[in-house]
Amino acid sequence: MSPHLSVWRWHITMATSIAHRATGVALYVGALIAAGWAVALASGPDAYAGFKALLGSPLGLLVMFGLTLSFFYHLANGVRHLVWDAGHGFDLKSANASGVFVFAFAAAATIAVWVVAAMTGAL
Amino acid sequence: MVSYRTPLSRARGLGAAKHGVSHWIGERVGAIALVPLTLWGVFAVLRLAAGDYDFAVHWIAQPLNAVLMVLLLAISFWHMASGVRVIIEDYIHIALTKSALLILNLFVCGLAGALAVFSILKVAFGGGAY
Repeated sequence: MSPHLSVWRWHITMATSIAHRATGVALYVGALIAAGWAVALASGPDAYAGFKALLGSPLGLLVMFGLTLSFFYHLANGVRHLVWDAGHGFDLKSANASGVFVFAFAAAATIAVWVVAAMTGAL
Repeated sequence: MVSYRTPLSRARGLGAAKHGVSHWIGERVGAIALVPLTLWGVFAVLRLAAGDYDFAVHWIAQPLNAVLMVLLLAISFWHMASGVRVIIEDYIHIALTKSALLILNLFVCGLAGALAVFSILKVAFGGGAY
């Protein structure tokens, strides 16, 4: 069974792989929330207001923050996978460097989006 | 003894048998489409979060917004079904549990995706629940 957590020393390419799956599963829940949003919108003003209040609650905002982080990580690491699939950047040095980059990008993009959200009245 | 069967004939039924490539490419093309669509989705969430119900209805009624939202949702649910399918195939090795989870994953993604797309189209065509 993979990943062989008890066999391999912890390293960044392993962390990026595990995080890609974990964030993918988190975004699965996020997409179900998005489907809930669409159904609430189609159900009328009351249902929509209720849904917005739920997402705007402290717990809702925490979930949205986690989803933002998951999204930007999965996006950046997904592009990293596409670059690998195209046959580039698969040597150890490049893979380690791009691994550090995707974690940094996810953190920076998440903060940027939440700053924009706070400035545009989205919170 | 010389066999008259072609290599393809022997491979058929034993694995992907030439369907694997299109499956693999389809997953990648879907992922590439999601790069611009999901970035637009972040923009959409920021706009919609700042507005109320009436704003959301008028926003979704715009043809470009409706089409992009439908594409985003449909391709996302398909991408999710493919991704979680691989996770189940990797970690679950009991045949019945594996089959049940694979079917559950497909049904959840299919149902939620269909509900989401239908809801967007209903609002886009009908202008909300008036």
